[in-house]
Amino acid sequence: MSGLFYLVAAVAIVSTVLMLTRLDAVHALLYLILSLLSVAVILYIIGAPFAAALELIIYAGAIMVLFIFVVMLLNQGDRATALERSWLKPGMWVGPGALAAILLAEFAYALWHGSARQFAPRATDPKQVGLALFGPYLIGVEVASMLLTAALVGAYHLGSRTSTRPELPKPDHALRSEARNDYFAQSGIAPGDDLVRVGTNRPAGAP
Amino acid sequence: MLKLLWLMPAIPFSSSLLLVLFGPRLAKKTAALLGVGSIAFAAAVSITVSATFLSARPPGDVFTQTLWTWMDVAGFQPHIGLYLDAISLVMTLVVTCVGALIHWYSAEFMIEDEGYSRFFAYMNLFVASMLTLLLADNLLLLYLGWEGVGLCSYLLIGFWYKDPANGAAGRKAFIVTRTGDTAMILGLALLVKQLGTLDMQELMGRASDQWQAGSPYALAAALLLLGGAVGKSAQLPLQTWLPDAMAGPTPTSALIHAATMVTAGVYLIARTHVLFSLAPLAQHLVAVVGIATLILAGCSALTQWDLKRVLAYSTISQIGYMFLALGVGAWSAAIFHFMTHAFFKALLFLGAGVIIDAMHEEHNIFKMGGLWKDLPIAFWTFLIGGCSLAGLPLVTAGFYSKGLIIWEARTSQSGSTALWLLAIAGVLLTALYTFRMIFVVFFGEAKIQVGKRPGYRMTIPLLALSALSIVGGFVQTPAALGNIHLFAGFLQSALPSVTERTVVSITEMGSEGLVTLAFLTGLGFAYLLYLRKPRYAAALSKPPFGKALHQFWFTDWGLDWLYERLFVRPVLWFARFDSSDFIDSLYTGVARLSELAYRALRSSETGKVRWYAAGIVFGAVLLVSMVSFL
Amino acid sequence: MLLATILFALGLIGLLVRRNLIFILMSIEVMLNAAGLAFVAAGAQWGQPDGQVMFIFILATAAAEVAVGLALVLRLHRQYKSLDVDAASEMRG
Repeated sequence: MSGLFYLVAAVAIVSTVLMLTRLDAVHALLYLILSLLSVAVILYIIGAPFAAALELIIYAGAIMVLFIFVVMLLNQGDRATALERSWLKPGMWVGPGALAAILLAEFAYALWHGSARQFAPRATDPKQVGLALFGPYLIGVEVASMLLTAALVGAYHLGSRTSTRPELPKPDHALRSEARNDYFAQSGIAPGDDLVRVGTNRPAGAP
Repeated sequence: MLKLLWLMPAIPFSSSLLLVLFGPRLAKKTAALLGVGSIAFAAAVSITVSATFLSARPPGDVFTQTLWTWMDVAGFQPHIGLYLDAISLVMTLVVTCVGALIHWYSAEFMIEDEGYSRFFAYMNLFVASMLTLLLADNLLLLYLGWEGVGLCSYLLIGFWYKDPANGAAGRKAFIVTRTGDTAMILGLALLVKQLGTLDMQELMGRASDQWQAGSPYALAAALLLLGGAVGKSAQLPLQTWLPDAMAGPTPTSALIHAATMVTAGVYLIARTHVLFSLAPLAQHLVAVVGIATLILAGCSALTQWDLKRVLAYSTISQIGYMFLALGVGAWSAAIFHFMTHAFFKALLFLGAGVIIDAMHEEHNIFKMGGLWKDLPIAFWTFLIGGCSLAGLPLVTAGFYSKGLIIWEARTSQSGSTALWLLAIAGVLLTALYTFRMIFVVFFGEAKIQVGKRPGYRMTIPLLALSALSIVGGFVQTPAALGNIHLFAGFLQSALPSVTERTVVSITEMGSEGLVTLAFLTGLGFAYLLYLRKPRYAAALSKPPFGKALHQFWFTDWGLDWLYERLFVRPVLWFARFDSSDFIDSLYTGVARLSELAYRALRSSETGKVRWYAAGIVFGAVLLVSMVSFL
Repeated sequence: MLLATILFALGLIGLLVRRNLIFILMSIEVMLNAAGLAFVAAGAQWGQPDGQVMFIFILATAAAEVAVGLALVLRLHRQYKSLDVDAASEMRG
């Protein structure tokens, strides 16, 4: 049992790592699905079959499908791959890696010195979970449904392309900086200037 | 009649005020009338008062007139009061009469100047302050007059203010005398603290009651007062301002820096002689200062080429004689010399004014010459003044007063042979530089044509003063030469006579003889070096030692150089350092610090999501570590 | 438990390193998942269904968040024509 656990855990970790380092979004998504699958297996191993099923259906199912839809919609292509390559330099991993490692170390320390109890999971079958949901956690369920409704409406609203909504000016990145420079040139400010100075007699805005 | 005393300072004060307020609107004739007339009136009052005083002596030989109480604070009650006794009588008489003559002279001397009324306003204010100083019955009122004459000195030295050098000379005078004045006010504070009063008679009484001879309080007070006197009277070490004060108009130099203001220190010490008697060390210091100054200034006078500067150093030297007299306890001899010095020094300065005027504002004596034929009156009066200064035996006032001082330096209880010999050496120096001046200016070949000739208003004062320079000495002569003791007898009512030693190895006539010998030697040298063979004089200052000595004496024994480095430069450096206001930078520093913090915080708002996420992680790490480890 | 922590840390690294918005959202999903795993494990330890209940709620939240997040990605893409998260840094200064 524990051998299976370690194996699946290793798969989960490896696939997550691989997901993080891919250049292509679709590849990464596939690795993510794999990671989620392994987590579902782990959930089943520790005796939460209901949670495992839910994970598979909702997470690896619905949510990943959403992701894939959006990636297909955006259709980045080779240009995006090249961009990603330029962004992902090895040196980038150092800082965040260090931070996360420290966090990890602290958690590990906390876990180690926490309870000395051995991990002995007991299975809980779905019936118990259902009783809990309709019992003490009823309010939570209702609120979750409201949340989902709100998300639905919000996502629809944000994603639609109706032309009556006022379009924000200057969508192009390159154009935007040009217009910004014009504005600055008019008022005598150079980009990057401090607009507030303390302790001197110069008027605000003068270089 | 004595009740008219208060008019003496009051009239010049009011005329000064009128001239300040209305001067520019008055015609020059009116301004002169007001300016000269007020002093002449004060002189008339002074003569009347003196006559009354001498004919009908008031009780105790003292006349006081309290005008009102100045302040009344914790038992300290100085009055505005006038005190007339023998000393103040003599001195006010001299100041007003000589002052009147000088004012009349300057009515013509300054006629072309546009600041005519301003000049008379300042001069009148000066005379008024000087009279306040002399007639004050308490030291605080004396200090008021003291400050007043200092102010007028500054105003008059920098009279031609458009030239910044004159302003600098005025400032120098003010600052150097200020140093002395600070010592003096400290002395006054000490006296008030210890004795509770500044009224002079009471002060002297309480001092002699409460303090023993050699008391540290008396010593401290005397030294501090000496500091003030040294500053005002231009003695060592505060004499550097007087030669530069010659930047003022010549009548100013005559009145202030020859006859009157510079003798204020002598007056102060004479008035507080009780304190000095209680502190023999201080009195001895007075004598040492006097003798050192007189030799020092005499040497410096030998090297000067500016006519007025020679006379300035001569003044310093002669006041050294007065200090010497005070230092050995010959109080009345000092006042005697003051009187004769006022006559001949004012005469010399007024004569110098005539000469400089005639030489088209040329001050260098080596550019003048052969004037004895062209300016006869100036020549004869200047000669009389010069002889009196040097001490021509028997006929000049200077001979008698100086001889008396030198004799007392030998015989007085606190005198010594060393002082006596040095004083005689001083006579040699005096004769040398005086006749050097006379020979170079008046003899030899004429180099500049005479321009302006003096009118009657300038000539008559010269004549009057020369008459006084001759007869002024006849009020006090040695025993073998007439034995007249009018002066000392008169002053005995106010000043103790000198205590003499019992056994001296030389008689008064012997001393006078040595003095005459010194005079003749000096005259001879001057004749040789400057009239006969001028090449010798030039030859003396050619070799390196001679040249260095000449330079050293010319710059007043290097004192100006020393003070520049010791005091002036550090103060200026600090002022420049502080001009960026480093104390204020503490406050601007706070503002800058907050600006720095603002910049730092601002750079942390990058607008990038990942940066903020990293911030969250960092915070989480800290929190977890705090929770688990602390 | 430790696995959950490791997965969480990995998700964090991904969030901080990658600039593509899609990847960032994916990393967030990973983190949520790890958190849920931790909850379930805790619940299983005590034999109570509460852990799974929490897991369900987390799941619901994740779903809502993904929906809205992807809609926002679409808007961002329309505006800046790229998926660079650093492009949307106008609230700086």
